[in-house]
Amino acid sequence: MTETFLGLPVVAPRGTGALHATDSFPKAAAVALTNEQLRRNLGHATSTIRAKRAAVVGEVPDWESLRRAGEAIKASTMASLDAQLLLLEQRVTERGGVVHWARDAAEANQIVTELVRATGVDEVVKVKSMATQEIGLNEALAEAGIQAWETDLAELIVQLGHDKPSHILVPAIHRNRTEIRDIFLRSMSGASPDLTDEPRQLAMAARAYLRRKFLSARVAVSGANFAVAETGTLVVLESEGNGRMCLTLPQTLITVMGIEKVVPTFADLEVFLQLLPRSSTGERMNPYTSMWTGVTPGDGPQEFHLVLLDNGRTAVLGDEIGRPALHCIRCSACLNVCPVYERTGGHAYGSVYPGPIGAILTPMLTGVSENPSLPYASTLCGACYEVCPVRIDIPSILVHLRSRAVAAMPPAQSPEAAAMAAASYVMRSPRRFGFAARRYRLLRRLRRLPPPLSGWTRSRDLPAPPPETFRDWWHRTRGPR
Amino acid sequence: MSARDEVLARIRSALGPSSAPPDVPRSYSHTGSLSSEPLLDLLTERLVDYKATVHRCEPSAVAATVASLVDGRVLVPPSFSLPGATVDAAFSPVELDSFDTVVTACAAACAQTGTIVLDGSPDQGRRAISLVPDRHVCVVRADQVVETVPELLARLDPTRPLTFISGPSATSDIELQRVEGVHGPRTLIVVLAAL
Repeated sequence: MTETFLGLPVVAPRGTGALHATDSFPKAAAVALTNEQLRRNLGHATSTIRAKRAAVVGEVPDWESLRRAGEAIKASTMASLDAQLLLLEQRVTERGGVVHWARDAAEANQIVTELVRATGVDEVVKVKSMATQEIGLNEALAEAGIQAWETDLAELIVQLGHDKPSHILVPAIHRNRTEIRDIFLRSMSGASPDLTDEPRQLAMAARAYLRRKFLSARVAVSGANFAVAETGTLVVLESEGNGRMCLTLPQTLITVMGIEKVVPTFADLEVFLQLLPRSSTGERMNPYTSMWTGVTPGDGPQEFHLVLLDNGRTAVLGDEIGRPALHCIRCSACLNVCPVYERTGGHAYGSVYPGPIGAILTPMLTGVSENPSLPYASTLCGACYEVCPVRIDIPSILVHLRSRAVAAMPPAQSPEAAAMAAASYVMRSPRRFGFAARRYRLLRRLRRLPPPLSGWTRSRDLPAPPPETFRDWWHRTRGPR
Repeated sequence: MSARDEVLARIRSALGPSSAPPDVPRSYSHTGSLSSEPLLDLLTERLVDYKATVHRCEPSAVAATVASLVDGRVLVPPSFSLPGATVDAAFSPVELDSFDTVVTACAAACAQTGTIVLDGSPDQGRRAISLVPDRHVCVVRADQVVETVPELLARLDPTRPLTFISGPSATSDIELQRVEGVHGPRTLIVVLAAL
């Protein structure tokens, strides 16, 4: 029987939200790899964005200094996270906002649902937000009879296609222009049958489709990129203007934000506003950034609610080696450079957070035993660490989580434990070791190991044994004693 | 235990005994080095690169320049005078949609990133008016232009509603290819008032 101690960090519970994979990564990846269209789409999109990012990062001579500052601001915020959140709450409240706290996805969904109900509307417009994807807010609202309209173009493509997001920044990255045109023709009411697959035309179709929604919306739901503790200022970066529409036109605004998004000072934004757009869309600055502090009479929503979400974040905070995963600013540069992500796409990770950051963040949010294959969804090449704007050492955390995954497994089920036990048996006796070494030499032509060891060589070559073992060489050149 | 108290307690037990937070190294550049002429050139180049249009004129010629750039029904914020334009009077979103052009001033601009910031001052108006009309004409004075992002933030008051604008609205959501013009104004025209 398990007992919950109040106040101890808790992982994100199963049942609500989109963090728990249904299939293991190797199983899901094997299916994804057979989809040639998906691999072409991803190869095209990730190579485009890699080139754009490299060009605009190359323009900034002090890029490394900015990365180090970003890393340190985040580390220092985490060290005083309780105090930062209390200050944020105080400032937002002073400026006319209302702050809510949610232990997990179900509680956050309930808070938002009740807030929407209180306004009397049955539909809301939404700005793209990872936090609300994570908690499955749209599904929870639908159950309460409230329709949530995604207004970001990529989210709209995903929603109209009854699909799942596969990328942090561009959730429809797995779709090419022709597939998007087909989705619009099929599911977008009022779409012209003459619609071509030219990206500009597709963007115009989305504009026309959502315009009426924006002009009549009374409640909006957003996430937040940053929240400034000292001033109570919320920050949303976006490109299309759908964010501005949602943050400005409705009467009521509800923002759901992970507790790790707080930064201490307004001046700290000078670092992140340089790091994030260049790492994310490969632009010097994204077209629109909105900042608001509580409620401004006569300008924008007159009712503002901020929901602060834990949902496993305190469990990440409690892992000293894994804690920097909370520094992530959701730029998705690590996805775009990852050789594994580029080939499998985001769905294989089974979580709203795919790619290298997802491979560390998801298992820590849910507990490693819930997503034990994700820390292995990497070649440990280190490209993710090099591009990370806040210098998260993803490879080291992956290795740390692999050890946690092994430790979490009963020894009888752990192949690592079995292999180590066998190695220890062989190496304890010089006679057994010599015998094993000579036997291994006989396997020179072998490329694959037999079961049960075949799993290891399915995606690796067996190292070729040397023509002569060290012991044989010693024996031959120095002679027997 | 309330959710608030519990989340705070979880944070405290996750952090354990407090250790000194790391110092933040701020060795990145804070101030630019360009003199005024190259600074304005850089702002112009960066705005044009993201598909904004830039018209440079002497401060005395701003009214005439703006008048030549507006189109259709024109909306202005309370303290922006433009003959023939309608002054914002708490119009509803649908009413705002019947305007073709909005003309505003700005709070500050950053040359390095091609960014203009509006802060809701009386010559810029509430956020909705510079959002719904399809064409935004924005007047930037030379003394409002800084070079770097840190210099830009230092000029802003965080308690005001702030909108950072870098070019017309755009999306990269289709094959990560940038397309200008989605929900925000599809045309951004900057009038740069400088001697």
